Formats: sequence, C-alpha cells, structure tokens
Amino acid sequence: MIKDAMNRRQSLKLMGAAGLGTMLSASGLPVFAGGASAGRVVIVGGGFGGATAAKYLKRLSPSLDVTLVEPQPRYITCPFTNLYLGGIRTFETLWHDFTELREKYGVRVVHELAEDVDVDRRRLKLAGGEDVSWDRLLLSPGIDLRWGALEGYDEAAAEKAPHAWKPGEQSRLLRRQLEAMEDGGTFILVAPDNPFRCPPGPYERVSMVANYFKNHKPHSKILILDAKDGFSKQGLFMEGWREHYGDMIEWVGRSNDGGVMRVDADTLEVETEFGTVHKAAVLNVVPPQKAGFIADRAGVIDASGWAPIHARSFESQLVEGIYVIGDATQAAPMPKSGFVASTQAKVTARAIIADLGGDTPPEPSWVNTCYSLIAPEWGISIAGVYEVHDGLIREVPGSGGVSPMEADRSFRRKEAEYARAWYAAITQDVWGTRFAF
Amino acid sequence: MRLAQMIKWGASMQQSRKRYIIPVGLLVAGLCLSAGVMIAGMTLAEPENEYEAVIGEAAPEGATPFEQRIQMIAMSCAACHGTDGRLQTAIPLLAAQPAAVMRAQLLAFKQDQMPDATVMPRLAKGYTDEELEALADYFSALSRKANPGSAL
Ligand SMILES: Cc1cc2nc3c(=O)[nH]c(=O)nc-3n(C[C@H](O)[C@H](O)[C@H](O)COP(=O)(O)OP(=O)(O)OC[C@H]3O[C@@H](n4cnc5c(N)ncnc54)[C@H](O)[C@@H]3O)c2cc1C
Repeated sequence: MIKDAMNRRQSLKLMGAAGLGTMLSASGLPVFAGGASAGRVVIVGGGFGGATAAKYLKRLSPSLDVTLVEPQPRYITCPFTNLYLGGIRTFETLWHDFTELREKYGVRVVHELAEDVDVDRRRLKLAGGEDVSWDRLLLSPGIDLRWGALEGYDEAAAEKAPHAWKPGEQSRLLRRQLEAMEDGGTFILVAPDNPFRCPPGPYERVSMVANYFKNHKPHSKILILDAKDGFSKQGLFMEGWREHYGDMIEWVGRSNDGGVMRVDADTLEVETEFGTVHKAAVLNVVPPQKAGFIADRAGVIDASGWAPIHARSFESQLVEGIYVIGDATQAAPMPKSGFVASTQAKVTARAIIADLGGDTPPEPSWVNTCYSLIAPEWGISIAGVYEVHDGLIREVPGSGGVSPMEADRSFRRKEAEYARAWYAAITQDVWGTRFAF
Repeated sequence: MRLAQMIKWGASMQQSRKRYIIPVGLLVAGLCLSAGVMIAGMTLAEPENEYEAVIGEAAPEGATPFEQRIQMIAMSCAACHGTDGRLQTAIPLLAAQPAAVMRAQLLAFKQDQMPDATVMPRLAKGYTDEELEALADYFSALSRKANPGSAL
C-alpha cells in the first residue's frame, strides 16, 4: 500500500498543479482546483511558531496562499545561545534561513516588519508601505522587553548591561564582555518573575557561563538575583552546579532579598528590594516581558501583556479570525519554549484549515521537551504532554516531569547528547537546516 | 490510504495489541538495548535529508477523527525526530521502522519497562495505548526516504 501512496503522489506530479483539483489534502479536506486558493493565511514572525505554521499549513493544504512576514533575512535561535555564550558553540550554527519555506513549500516570505493591523479591513500594514490582506491572520511575534519596568533598565542600559534574551547583537555583546572580564570578577544575572520566555533559560545560561569560567577564569563568581522563590528544574540545576562548579554559583531567591528593584548600567550595580547593592563585572539583566508589539496593534492582548486564546484553536479570545501562538500567548501550563511554539503551530495550522474548510479539527494534543545543559556532557530535561480539559489546557495527568535526581553520569551524558540532537531535529523541521552527523 | 494500512481500526486493533503486548519484555530485552532507544540490530540508512512537501498520502479520504488526531500528534514528534520522523541522530529515526518493534517500545516506555530510557517514558504516558500503537504504525508506514519528486 505504500506503493499506492507513491503512485498517487507520482500521478499528482504528472498531473501538475491543475490536477490538484481532484486531490484530497492530508487532512482529507478537498484541495481547491488549480489556481484557486483555499484561502489566504498571513503569518507574522518567522521564528519557531511562525515558520513551523507556514510549513505545516502548506504541507496540509498545498493550495493555501501563505505569506510569512519576518524582517530578518535569517533567524537566530535563542536555544543554544547559552552554549555560544559559554564558548562551546559558534554563533553561525544558530542561524537559519527561509530558503526551504520559499522554494520547497511555496511560502511567500516577505522580509519586512509588520507595523500595524487593520482588523476591520483584514489587512496587515508592512513597514515598506505594502498592505497584505488575509482570510486568517496568525501572529507568532515572540516577546518584547518591558523597557523601564525595572527602574533604570531601558534600551540604552541594555548596551552596557545586555539582556541577550532576544538573540543577535545582544548575544555577541554579552559574549565579548565575558571574554574581556578579568578572572575573579562577578557575573550577575538578574532573573525575572513568571511568566517569561524559557523558564529554565537563565539557569542554563549561568551553567554555561560557569563552564567557561571554570576553564578560563576559575576565580570568578556567579550571582543570580531572582524575582521569584523557585525555578524550573531547580533541584537538578543545583545538583549539577554542586557537581561541576562547587560553590561558584550562588542563587538568591526573592524572599532572601533576590528581587532587584533598580539597575545602574553605568556602574553595573543593582539594588534589591531590601536595599542591598551588588556590583558586577558583567551584568546580565533578563527584564520583564510581554507579547511582541504587533499583538497589541491587533488588539489581541489583555492587561497582562499576553494574548488570551481559545484553547482548542489558539484563535484570539478578543479578535475573531486572528490566531496567536508561541511566547506571545497565555497558554499556561505550557511553558514559553521554542518546542511549544512549534507544536502549537502544528495544532493551530490544522485548526485554521478546518476553520477555512468548515469542518472540525481533531482533538488537540501538544507536547514539549526542554533540555538544558549544565555542562557540555551533563544534560537535564523537562517534558510535558498537554490536552484540553473543560475548555482549559492542562498537562495530561500522569505524564511529563523532569529528569530524575541523582541519575548517573551516563544518563546525564545521554540527555546532553539528545539536547544537541533535538536542536538539529527541530531546526531541520522548522527551517530545513541540515547539520552533518 | 496510509492509515488504512496502519491497521483496520477496531476489532483487529484489539488483536494486534494483544499480539504486541505479549512480547514486550522479550522485544525490549532482545531488540532495544543499545543507546536507550535505538533500534538495535537494524542497519540504519544514511541520514535522510529530503522529505515530502505534502503529508497528503498519510490520511485517506474520510479519515476518522482518531486518524486525524494521530496524524496531528505525529507532526509534533518531528521536533526531535525530524520531519516525518526521517532524521537519524542520537535520537532514532521513526520512518519505515518495524511497526511491531516501535509498538512494543512505545508501550514499554509508557510502562517504565524500557531500559536506558530518558524522556520517552514521561512523554509516552501522555497518550493512550491505542494512540501509541497507531503512532508506531503511522511512522512505520512512511517511506524511509521522501519521494524526491514530490509536488512542492
Ligand atoms: C537563552 C534562551 C534559551 C532558550 N532555550 C530554549 C530551548 O532550549 N528550547 C526551547 O524550546 N526554547 C528555548 N528558548 C525559548 C524560545 O526561544 C522561544 O520560546 C521561542 O523563540 C518562541 O517562538 P515564537 O515563535 O513565539 O517567537 P520567536 O522565535 O521569537 O519568533 C518571533 C519572530 O517574529 C518576528 N517579529 C516580531 N515582531 C514582528 C513584526 N511586527 N513583524 C514581523 N516580524 C516580527 C521576530 O523578528 C522573530 O523572528 C530559549 C530562549 C532563550 C532566551
């Protein structure tokens, strides 16, 4: 029967595009006759959410007219920027482009910033002046930083005390600062309260910085000042830190005066809730966040700064016909991860196709696995499978969880290896990047 | 008619499940030891870099809601296993692997009977046995390599 499928595909090819009219798409939905579009879907953001959605919309329904709007000619992943900061991965391996989406899947990729959304006329306004019309709009704009939410931390301050939470020049700046730092200095990371992009991210970051210090600047210290009293995979991180870095890393939670209230980027000093002043040699501030600004322009965010969505489809609760996925959404208990943005994109691609075709999408199911490296050969993970229950997203009871404590070295080594394999797989799946093995 | 080939959903599913549950221990011990989740004893082809633009062949006309759900779940496996489960890294490929082995492995993951497992037991517990078996069949039925002449 594999043969049948092959024959069908071959005949599909022979018939050419016009022959598509008689075909059925993946979902069993009719694919409209050659030339005619099954609908216009416009996507904002070519990151984990948006690029995945573009690909899977076209795979599921090739005659859809899909436009992807993304200002950057190549996308740099946040995942593995921590490895770059720790000096165990080059920056170039974090770059991915849109060739496959454009050439293989026939997605129209427009490298511009989307500036505004005209909800009534269903038009997206691009910075270059073009208007793009949609039947359905999908937003996956990621995060914006809340400048000024932390006193003294604005865009100018980030030039001295980088966040490196949106990758690019900020990551390079932080890396340069770490390289220039003298042995014996203190690296301070200011960690935000929930919700924020990549819950284990700050802790993986200090791990990778510690690994760099251990090999190059062994007298240095790391201080995490945290706006909360606990964090993702905490027990596993602390176990790994002790194992690999002794007492190099100190974590101070909110109740122990970890809450930073004020940043002075010129002196690299931070002041906590109870008035303690800490001085850093390198200061990394991960500030509070919100959905990317285009979500605000579209009217899909609420007072929280994030977009409330209908659990089954990720259609906005506030504006009909606009879908939001990824970091920009309120999708707890799913974390704001690239893996999650991608799985949401797939489920929502299916929901959009059902919506356009007037049928019912399958019962949703999402999955997440977030690896963190504590040392190059010491990986840990958190995983979850999610479903809709009584209209709300929840973790499937009994599923998910974190790696076991006190696992042996080979277990940790294996998860480190899987972390690298995961990166290769997801970037292949989303952007078509090919790493050699 | 890809899913149809997976198995006849229904009575025969019951049967096939029985067939594969029994040898779990055996298969796990005998076939699945190396590298945690690698399918030992199999020669794995060169890493596959071509893949199909269209999932089209995977879902038959009038796919049931269950079949559609399996297809949707399978899409998310790609985040670690590559598009259509065709990427071979430290994480094993899924496309065109023996259904019986994959069924047994997935159920063994779920029941914490898989030696050297890491994340899969936590994930497998998020699905019903029927879903795991159907996923195994789904990936098994995919060709190892994508059709190089696919439409897009
Ligand atoms: C240090 C760090 C480590 C991380 N590690 C991991 C990890 O190991 N695993 C994991 O799963 N996740 C990880 N993450 C999280 C992951 O990066 C995010 O969750 C993911 O990027 C979210 O995807 P998204 O599509 O919502 O947003 P993004 O990936 O940020 O994509 C948004 C895109 O939209 C574009 N855009 C924004 N506004 C507009 C506009 N108006 N017009 C046009 N385009 C626009 C942007 O240029 C951007 O390319 C990490 C994050 C950080 C910071």
